[in-house]
Amino acid sequence: MDEFEPKVIGFLCNWCSYAGADLAGVSRFQYPPNVRIIRVPCSGRMNPLFILKALQNGADAVLVSGCHPGDCHYQTGNYYTRRRLEVFYRMLQFAGVPKERVTLAWVSASEGAQFATLIKEVVEKVKPLGPNQSFSRDFSDLEAYANESDRSSE
Amino acid sequence: MEEETRPVGKVLVIGGGVAGVQASLDLAYNGFKTYLVESRDAIGGTMAQLDKTFPTNDCSMCILSPKLVETGSNPNIELLTRSKIVKLEGSSPHFKVTVRTEPRYVDFALCKGCGDCSQACPVTLPNEYEEKLGTKKAISRRYEQAVPSTFGITKWETSPCKAACPLHVNAHGYIALVHKGEYEKALALVREKNPFPAITGRICTRPCEKACTRLSLDENIAIDALKRFLADKEIANGTLWDPECAKDNGKKVAIIGSGPAGLLCAFDLRVKGYEVSVFEKKNQFGGLLRYGIPAYRLPREILDREIDMLRRMGIQFFSSHEIKGEDTIRILRRQYDAVLLATGAWKSKKMNIPGESLPGVHGAIEFLEQINEGTLPPLHGKIAIVGGGNAAMDCARSVLRLGASESHILYRRTKQEMPANPEEIEEAILEGVRFHFLTNPIEIQQDSFGYKVMLQQMSLGEPDESGRRRPIPIPGAMQDLYFDTVIMAISQETTPEDFPLIDSEKGLYVADRKTMETSFLGVFAGGDNILGPATFIEAMACGRKAAISIDRYCNHEEIDLGREGEDPFEIKAHLDLSQVIPIPQQKTAIRIPSRLQNDMSEVNLGLTEEKAKTESGRCLNCGGCAECMECVKACESHAILHDMVAKEQVLDVGAVIVASGFEESDASHYAQYGLGIFPNVVTSTQFERILSASGPYGGVITRPGDKKHPKKIAWLQCIGSRDTEHPYCSSVCCMYATKEAVIAREHSKEVEATIFYIDIRAFGKEFDQYIERAKQEYGVRFVKSRIASVSEMQDGSLQLTYEDDAGVLHRDVFELVVLSVGLASTEENCQLAKTLHIQTNNYGMIESKEFHPNETNQPGIFAAGSISGPKDIPESVTEGSAAACMASAILHEERGKEVTIKAYPPEINVIGDKPRIGVFVCYCGLNIGGYLDVEEVAQYISRLPNVVYAETNLYTCSSDTQAKIRDKIKEHQLNRVVVASCTPRTHEPLFQETIREAGLNRNLFELANIRDQDSWVHQTKRKEATEKAKYLVKSAVYRVMNRKPLTIQLMPITRKGLVIGGGFAGLQSALSLAEQGFPTYLIEKEKYLGGNGLHVHYLEENPTVGESLQQLIQKVLNHPKIEVYRDSAIQSIEGYVGNFKTTLQDGKTLEHGVIVVATGGLESKTTAYGYGLSHQIITGRELEAMIHYNKWPNPKSVAFIQCVESRDDHHPYCSRICCQEAVKNSLLIKNLSPTTEVYILNRDIRTYGYHELLYKKAREKGVVTVRFEKNRKPNVFFKGGNVAISVYDSLLHREIELCPDILVLSTGISPNPDNVELAKKLKVPLTQDGFFLEAHAKLRPVDFATDGIFLAGLSHSPRNIEETITQARAAAGKACIILSKAGIEAGGKIAYVNNRNCSGCGSCEEICPYQAITLVNHSKSTPLQRVAEVNASLCKGCGSCASACRSNAIDVEGFSNDEISQAVDALLEPM
Repeated sequence: MDEFEPKVIGFLCNWCSYAGADLAGVSRFQYPPNVRIIRVPCSGRMNPLFILKALQNGADAVLVSGCHPGDCHYQTGNYYTRRRLEVFYRMLQFAGVPKERVTLAWVSASEGAQFATLIKEVVEKVKPLGPNQSFSRDFSDLEAYANESDRSSE
Repeated sequence: MEEETRPVGKVLVIGGGVAGVQASLDLAYNGFKTYLVESRDAIGGTMAQLDKTFPTNDCSMCILSPKLVETGSNPNIELLTRSKIVKLEGSSPHFKVTVRTEPRYVDFALCKGCGDCSQACPVTLPNEYEEKLGTKKAISRRYEQAVPSTFGITKWETSPCKAACPLHVNAHGYIALVHKGEYEKALALVREKNPFPAITGRICTRPCEKACTRLSLDENIAIDALKRFLADKEIANGTLWDPECAKDNGKKVAIIGSGPAGLLCAFDLRVKGYEVSVFEKKNQFGGLLRYGIPAYRLPREILDREIDMLRRMGIQFFSSHEIKGEDTIRILRRQYDAVLLATGAWKSKKMNIPGESLPGVHGAIEFLEQINEGTLPPLHGKIAIVGGGNAAMDCARSVLRLGASESHILYRRTKQEMPANPEEIEEAILEGVRFHFLTNPIEIQQDSFGYKVMLQQMSLGEPDESGRRRPIPIPGAMQDLYFDTVIMAISQETTPEDFPLIDSEKGLYVADRKTMETSFLGVFAGGDNILGPATFIEAMACGRKAAISIDRYCNHEEIDLGREGEDPFEIKAHLDLSQVIPIPQQKTAIRIPSRLQNDMSEVNLGLTEEKAKTESGRCLNCGGCAECMECVKACESHAILHDMVAKEQVLDVGAVIVASGFEESDASHYAQYGLGIFPNVVTSTQFERILSASGPYGGVITRPGDKKHPKKIAWLQCIGSRDTEHPYCSSVCCMYATKEAVIAREHSKEVEATIFYIDIRAFGKEFDQYIERAKQEYGVRFVKSRIASVSEMQDGSLQLTYEDDAGVLHRDVFELVVLSVGLASTEENCQLAKTLHIQTNNYGMIESKEFHPNETNQPGIFAAGSISGPKDIPESVTEGSAAACMASAILHEERGKEVTIKAYPPEINVIGDKPRIGVFVCYCGLNIGGYLDVEEVAQYISRLPNVVYAETNLYTCSSDTQAKIRDKIKEHQLNRVVVASCTPRTHEPLFQETIREAGLNRNLFELANIRDQDSWVHQTKRKEATEKAKYLVKSAVYRVMNRKPLTIQLMPITRKGLVIGGGFAGLQSALSLAEQGFPTYLIEKEKYLGGNGLHVHYLEENPTVGESLQQLIQKVLNHPKIEVYRDSAIQSIEGYVGNFKTTLQDGKTLEHGVIVVATGGLESKTTAYGYGLSHQIITGRELEAMIHYNKWPNPKSVAFIQCVESRDDHHPYCSRICCQEAVKNSLLIKNLSPTTEVYILNRDIRTYGYHELLYKKAREKGVVTVRFEKNRKPNVFFKGGNVAISVYDSLLHREIELCPDILVLSTGISPNPDNVELAKKLKVPLTQDGFFLEAHAKLRPVDFATDGIFLAGLSHSPRNIEETITQARAAAGKACIILSKAGIEAGGKIAYVNNRNCSGCGSCEEICPYQAITLVNHSKSTPLQRVAEVNASLCKGCGSCASACRSNAIDVEGFSNDEISQAVDALLEPM
């Protein structure tokens, strides 16, 4: 069997991380092709629901990346993201999604090599976890549970 | 006539650093056409080289790069790179400037910036951008994000090796290709000029190697051996080379002689399609190659192989055909279109000494001929060879192989002057040939012992024409030697009697040296027969010249037109060799047979591949580009033009801004610090590159000497500053060194950082806090000491010797030393100042008059940035804006007249239409197409719903594809367009422009990045990259599908300004606004204008402040466009950019479009140090007033205490100006009474920039400085009713007591307490210290984050009057940009609210960094329900609000919740 290749969705802020990813390209730093990138204006645009949506739709991991703290093009956006993700991690934990599936990282426009390394790390980190089934649309377990509890309440 | 007096609405900006870039942008936005001239390949200046910036630790490139892109894409800024000003004529506002642009060799219009050329380029040069720590290719970009992104070639001069070769074989080129491992390409390059590399690589006399630049350093590159290596490699591979020949042209040429000249001519003509016949009198071909050179040097199979190549080309060879005499040549001439005589020189020259015709005395040529024919009778005994050339060596070595017992060389000079190749001499010595130098035969006699050679002993005199020292006979010194045979290897000559109809003299035919024409029409001559004995390579060059002439002759063309470049020419190398490390030459292996007899196999075995690589790596690339043309072959868009030439143009401009920056003081001047001597001593800019993630070491701290990671790093301050050559302070070094230390600590916690300083000058906004953090949080050690010397240890580390405060000598070892080099003027700037007729100071920097910062002595020419003295980034940016403001003021009537405003077709209404998406997938040459299947991607995409058209393009960004996209939009009624190519960051605007030109709204476009984020990063994974590309393009299709057209609306502007505050800053701002033509209100809360300026009387030592202030006030009061409101306070401010409404306390309302905040600051009040208890204790301002109003009592002694109410826990900031004020005042005191003792009690003396000169003057006049520590402040008490101070002098390490008659407290500057109220009214932030907070510390120093509001002067931070004037102009200039717009742009990709969902919770309002959201009443019917409202003019579209909204009521156009969700769907849906 082929080795499991995780699908990673990367949300990158336009000003730092997306530019850093471009620099990795210009410098021809090779990294695994598992990541597919969505450009957002600022990491502050990241509604945690987007991460949830990606995980629900079958992403094995999600990367959110923005400017380093203090460097935000919009002054404060990345601080909010940092706080939101902090809370979101707790929710993931509650939902039983391993923390490794969601990465928050800061990559600046001059960190091409670091971006390539980051992607390698994210992929390596997720591979041992196997495919993400936390939000599989198969609700049979849930139904069985619901039925059971229905019965017990009878 | 009227036309003449109208100013020219264009401005020239010189220098593309951050000051020049800012000035250009301001001018272009202000409606003026701008030329930005930059001498380098790209704009960005020094800031582009920095890793981080202080005090915010922002990534320098991150914040600069968008500004550069903005500059590059602004239609009203014309970038002229590689350009310099050569002449300036006329006067303001009608300048005529001549600009010279050096060739870039790459066409801007065609270059796509893909970098294929750079990858193909074999030449590696030092990279100036990396401060020579890294390398770049000869064709490269200054840096990856460079603007313009067009590549450029570094060409210096023709490489000396190539210039010196008679055939101009591109030695530099093939050496570089060998180094790159491109052996076939290298060989092909040799053969472009020389089809016989295997022969040449063995026997050439190598003029190239004698010209090699490395010779002056160590040894030349073994060029010939490398050529041979290439040829041998091909032989070993068993491949044959068959050059392409043109179609037969029906013309016939006869060549007489098959030596090098004949063979090359035959080759050249055959390639051109001639039918060539070669006639040879001997029975084998090759001429002297075969009959003059022994086989152990040129194996016969090598010779045969290259002659066979000629045979395969179709050249006909006739052996044993001696052609001689007048008739034969006449007949030949009738049968052939042209004839070449390449008969060589086959007769040995005689010395004309007695005994030369004896039977045992031979000529070398005839002797060698016999050897190589095999007709020589066996030899025996001792043989003498007279001469020192290659022929002599050949004879000497051959005779040993043919039975002679001894072989002796007799030569009249020494080994050094011998013309033979050095290897030949060495090998001859190894084989046992004996050498007799400085001896010359004068007679040969035969007697019973053999041949007695009578030798005259010589000595060396002065050099002759050949450059070799002339041999002079020593009278009476004679020697006789006996030999069995004597060979005369002096020289050769020709036999002119063979063709008597051709002119001859000196035993040679006469032919034109340029064209090889003889006196017989159609007959050409070339080679030894016209040159005399020449070298193989020279003979070939003759053959080539003859071939060109014959071709021209046969085509009835002018034969001698433009033939000058064919001869070797001299080149003076201009490379700095001081930094080059000597590396010995790689030697070829040789085989010296133990028994020489009859062993004719090759002696020299050539270079191994490994050695060839090493040897080629020694090349210094002294010509820059090697012109190997690999880039031309690699460039798919044919953008490279090696024959581009420099261009001059004359520009008409109304004003000029000079912003060409600085260079580092050359620290290698100061030998004691070891820069350039010890590899692990670097400059601060080098260290910036070391820190940079995109730098030579990828951001890992590495020392250049041995690539180890240093743990202990020292910074040495004031290198090239505050010394005799540069007596000023460079202002920025303390901060950048601290920043570098902090970042180094961030990179690795193991790094120990130590800064050796004289004074820490952290005088800017938030700087002192940064130093404190460096000390406390990052553990950076600051040592007050000037380093005496740096010495290198064995392991490459460096020992510093220094004296500490107490005078104790220390030695400490550091692994890396960083020199904090100062800022100095450049040679180029001094030249520029001369060209522009502007004055510079003693240090080559532009000089401005007092109170006229940024002005030069030439009206209409302004200076910005470090060209007028050391500046940091925000100061440079401010000056750029200020200079632009001043230029705009001169030209404001012409605003908008020279700029182009594009007209577009009306927009097609697509609302309600089904999406019809067109997709254009780019190959980007091979950049995308080489690594993923572009066709498959397009195929896949064409099947997606709503995609009605999909195609592939070689270059989607080329102008012909733009036309195609527009056509396809019409043809297929496309209403959405997707391009799959490179990054939207650079290319989105281009495609948006294209669809706009076809009538589609800009927003109906999406770009899929399948190059930078796909093909380039997955180069070995074609399948995966193709699949990823499909997903990425699909995602773009999904995103664009539901896009709505977005329009930018222009809201009206009230074209008036409001300035708050009537001090220097406010007055200047108001005046600058009015000078640009905008009515302005000036509000001052006091009864009088002038603010703090009223209390300042002296600028340096001159009492001119009051006068200048009064002039400024009068100008403001008299200006018809300025309305002044004194004694007025602001009640409220409403509105936003373009339309503010300010209500004054008296109820009057003012409408205006912009606001400049210039509310000033205050001299801090204090109760410290006994202030108020004695009339002896005064503040600095009181002192100045006493002097000014003649109340100064001329006391015996005065003491200043610095940092009162500054740099303490309550005021953690430095008040910047107190040190310069104290120094100024102490000079004033000394001027009044030189005997008054003056003491300045300080923590550091922060006289930055030129203020340092005043400090120096004060010290010279006897002003004493006493240093105290922050935690050991001076103690002021009263002693006998008089003031006394006791202070612990931290330099002397003892308590001292002073009893001054007057104690001056240098109280700092406090923020205006009114700032708090005003900040609330304006909804703008304050710093912790209570000053106003600008939008960005570095790049937006006079703007607030809220559009339309600007700041200047002490309301921003403490600063002096001239700095305030500059800042005020900058703020006014920025404000004018808004006032001169057609309207305030509102809309686009910004946030919008769905009122039905909004609960009015206010989260968005709170989170918005731009104050763009406010809660308003929903409607009149439901007055209690509050909803959010977005101010379209203020919103920047960051989307923070949308992610904060709990009820999904607020969303962002272009990045909406739905759109991002669709992108997620697209990326995860199975194919």
